Amino acid sequence: MKNSRYVARSTAIAARALGNETMVMSATNSTLFTLNEIASVIWAAADGVTPLDQIVANKICAQYDITPEAALKDAETLVEGLAAHGILLVSDQPLAGPANSRGVAL
Amino acid sequence: MPGVMPATQSCAVVVEIGGLPIRLRCADHDFVRQIEERYAGFLSSSNDASFDFEIELASKSTESGDDDLRLVWDSGRWLMERGDFCAEWNPSTARGRIRQTISPYSLDSVLRIVHTLLLAREGGFLLHASSAIRNGRAFLFSGVSGAGKTTMARLAPPDAALLTDEISYVTRKGSSYLAVGTPFFGELAKAGENLRAPIEALYLLAKGPKNKIEPIEDAAAVRALLENILFFARDPEFVKLIFDTACEFANHVPVRRLTFAPDASVWELIV
Repeated sequence: MKNSRYVARSTAIAARALGNETMVMSATNSTLFTLNEIASVIWAAADGVTPLDQIVANKICAQYDITPEAALKDAETLVEGLAAHGILLVSDQPLAGPANSRGVAL
Repeated sequence: MPGVMPATQSCAVVVEIGGLPIRLRCADHDFVRQIEERYAGFLSSSNDASFDFEIELASKSTESGDDDLRLVWDSGRWLMERGDFCAEWNPSTARGRIRQTISPYSLDSVLRIVHTLLLAREGGFLLHASSAIRNGRAFLFSGVSGAGKTTMARLAPPDAALLTDEISYVTRKGSSYLAVGTPFFGELAKAGENLRAPIEALYLLAKGPKNKIEPIEDAAAVRALLENILFFARDPEFVKLIFDTACEFANHVPVRRLTFAPDASVWELIV
C-alpha cells in the first residue's frame, strides 16, 4: 500500500485567490503561477497535516465528477510540479508549521 | 570609477516628486544646474527635505547604464550599483550617497529606485505606463516597450494634462489610488506636469485596426501589473509586498485592455 503524502505551502511565496483561480508568486525568484480552480482547491487545503489522498477524496472527488484514481494521479502530478518550483513542500510525513521570515526596513 | 573630482563647497537642490522632497548636494555647481534643468517643474522652493543625498562625480568611466543593476539590503542600508553609478541609502538616517558619472540619467535611475522603495511600504509603485489627467481623473496606459505608451501621450487632446509618457507614479490613499506627474520621460523627452488625480482606469495597450476597450480577468490584470511594475529589490519580503500591492490595485481600480489604431480617435474612448 502506498504511503500518504503531505503537502504544505512554502512560506517563500505570496498568494492570493482571484475568483476561482489562485495566483502564486515565488518570493525567491519572482516566478508567477496561476492555479486553476481544482489546483486552487488543493493549494488551499495544503496545510501540511492533511494527507493528499484525503484532500483529493474530500475536496475534489466530493465536488467534481472524477474518479479517485484519476484525481489522485492528477493531484500528484500537480504537487510534484509545484514542489519542483519550490512553492509547495511535499513529504511522506506531516510537515511542520511556517518557517521564519526576515524583515526588511524600507 | 576613477578620477573623482576634488571636493569644494557643495550646493544643493530639492527635487520633489510625488510629494517627497529629496535634497541633492553636489560640489560641482554645473552639475547642480543640470539637475535644476532636468527636474524643472519638480523643484521645491522649500529647504525642507525628507532625505538628503550627497552626489560625488566621477569624471571618467568606461561603464554604461546598460549594465545590470544590483540592489541589496545590507546592514540597515540599501546598496545600489550599476555600471554608471553606485549609491547607498540609509532610510533610518534619511541620508545617502551617490557616486556617479556626469549624467543626469544616472541620478534619474537612483531617484526611481528610491521612490520604488518608498512607495512600496505605502502600497504604491512606479509603473511602465504613460498617464494623463482628463476631466479631473487620471488614466494610465501600460505596456512593454513598443506597446504605444508614448504614442498615447502624443495623441492626447489639448484638454488632457500629461503626467508622463514612460513611468507612472501611483500612490495609495486608503482604498483609492492617485496618479502623480513625474519628470521621468521616454521617447517624448518631455517631463510630465506636476499634478495628481484619482486613477479612473488602467489600460493595457495593444495595437489593432479598431479602437476598443475590453474587460480582462483579475488574474490577467495582476499578471500584467507585475510585468510592468518597476521593482528592483529581489528580497523575498519585498517581492511579497509588490505582489500584494498589485493584487490590491487590481481589486480597486478597473484594469482593461485598450486596443487602438494609432490616431487621435482613441481618446474618444478615454473620458
